[in-house]
Amino acid sequence: MRCGTAFWNILAKDMRSYYLKPPNISWGIMFPLAWTAMFFIKSGSGLGSIPTLLPGVVAVSILFGTTSMLAVTVTFEKKSRSFERLLLAPIPLWVLMLAKTSGAILFGVANAFVPVVMAIFLADLSRIQWGLFLPAVFLIALASTFLGLFIAVAVSEVFEAQTFSNFFRFPMVFLCGLFFPIDKLPLFLKPVSYALPLTYGADLLHGAVHGRHALPYSLDLFLLAGFCVLLFALSLRNIRRRWIA
Amino acid sequence: MNRQHEPAIEARGLVKRFGEVEAVAGVDFEVLPGELFGFLGPNGAGKTTTINMLTGLARPDAGAIRIAGIDCTRNPKAAQHLIGVVPDESNLYPELSGFENLCFCAALYGMGRAEREDRAQKLLADFALTPAAKRKFAGYSKGMKRKLTIAAGIIHRPRILFLDEPTTGIDVASARQVRQLIAELHRSGTTIFLTTHYIEEAQRLCERIAFIVNGRIVRQDWVKNLLQPLEAKHLLQISCHGFPREGLEALAQAFPHYAFSSPGEGLIRVEGNDPVGVGPLVRFLEERGAEVSEARRMRPSLEEVFIAITGLEVDILHKEKEKGGGRP
Ligand SMILES: Nc1ncnc2c1ncn2[C@@H]1O[C@H](COP(=O)(O)OP(=O)(O)OP(=O)(O)O)[C@@H](O)[C@H]1O
Ligand SMILES: [Mg+2]
Repeated sequence: MRCGTAFWNILAKDMRSYYLKPPNISWGIMFPLAWTAMFFIKSGSGLGSIPTLLPGVVAVSILFGTTSMLAVTVTFEKKSRSFERLLLAPIPLWVLMLAKTSGAILFGVANAFVPVVMAIFLADLSRIQWGLFLPAVFLIALASTFLGLFIAVAVSEVFEAQTFSNFFRFPMVFLCGLFFPIDKLPLFLKPVSYALPLTYGADLLHGAVHGRHALPYSLDLFLLAGFCVLLFALSLRNIRRRWIA
Repeated sequence: MNRQHEPAIEARGLVKRFGEVEAVAGVDFEVLPGELFGFLGPNGAGKTTTINMLTGLARPDAGAIRIAGIDCTRNPKAAQHLIGVVPDESNLYPELSGFENLCFCAALYGMGRAEREDRAQKLLADFALTPAAKRKFAGYSKGMKRKLTIAAGIIHRPRILFLDEPTTGIDVASARQVRQLIAELHRSGTTIFLTTHYIEEAQRLCERIAFIVNGRIVRQDWVKNLLQPLEAKHLLQISCHGFPREGLEALAQAFPHYAFSSPGEGLIRVEGNDPVGVGPLVRFLEERGAEVSEARRMRPSLEEVFIAITGLEVDILHKEKEKGGGRP
């Protein structure tokens, strides 16, 4: 009961203070638009290529939408000391951090649907397996949020969090099979791909949207969930070690 | 064991190091339920670090902590529902209004909506902040920020309250209000752990005081015990220009019944077992070219105790006061 009230109010406060602010909303819409346009222009293909592009654009939207927020909701609040209020509250650290990240997770899911809604008007999406697409979107949002959290608690300045997350994000766009199949990557890069959570999320999305995928869905889901647990646990450990030092 | 009779706060051998710096170097104390305990010391003495360890914001390198009988050394979360903390710097959310900040803090302790809104309204009224309730915290003045931070620390009616320099940096009227509030909380039974570097404040508010210097408690006792040896003494403080500190020896020779010391630049403190006669002293000084501007009889205060115990000059506290501005 106590935890529920705290959880809900932390989420509601972050929603109002950060996620529902006009700049964020417009960013959430502009960003997927820009990526979609970029790949259309680059591939020079017509509307028929939308189903193959959609998984990549969805994944990128989630990845950038979530990770960029944690630098503010966590690193900035830590720096401005208001995070201490949360650390002083009688709620377990994991509940607290779930509350702090749930806004970003929801924001990531919402970002994912911007390109989907656009695609609905431009292409035939009747073949999408929603039963797979939705959990995939949710798990990708979870994994990228926790990746953002991991970075946000490993640094102490907001700019470090941003720089550091680009260090992860941009390689992931190219190494996780979002737009270029992993098969076509040079051999030495493949192990890197399989060490990144987004690879499994992208595989799920490709399967859900147009049916072509590389690994069994159950393996994708299992590994993606595993990454979520691992990143969250590592973040909690870092908070305990570095912030309650 | 009956929890009622256990110390509200118990610290045993607390140590905290930051690299080379030993911020807290083995601190022991107990605060009884309902007591107002003062932690008095100069800048960098380790007051905030001690509070951080007691409240779960820092992990001690050694020692043990019990809050209301609950062992919090390894698990600081265990007693956080019992405590309220007012940090040395306002750490509320700048983008939220005063009212929203208070409601949010109450929600962190699981208070329901109706209750927290009532309580927030009441506290805003108590602190004369109702007109600013809807304004963003970022736009508050320093004193308003301080008051709202205190309100946020007590909104969930904590049994044990930690106050880190609650009157530093605010004007005299606000400081007086804050001290009144502390006294009221104390009367209503809240256990209070108060850090300050205002000696007068500690003397006025606290029942028991620990002096902390360089991470060590140099003395802790009831205020009345600390003052008792001074009660029988007569004190005079002379402010003068142009009398060298080396001159104290000459004074001591001329007036062997008194003890002389210099608590600061241009100040001479005279201590005697009988009332100190002003005339001969002033004449003595003026004959030696000093210009006496004031001679004041002093009531015994903790300043003397502080000087006697720490060997520090009160100067170091006065300097802080000028910086802080909230001198009582
Ligand atoms: N996070 C930290 N890292 C390094 N050193 C620290 C840290 N926090 C405190 N210290 C050091 O520990 C010592 C005690 O600091 P603390 O803040 O506890 O003093 P204080 O008594 O609260 O002083 P003040 O009256 O200025 O608030 C100081 O020397 C300070 O520089
Ligand atoms: Mg301090």
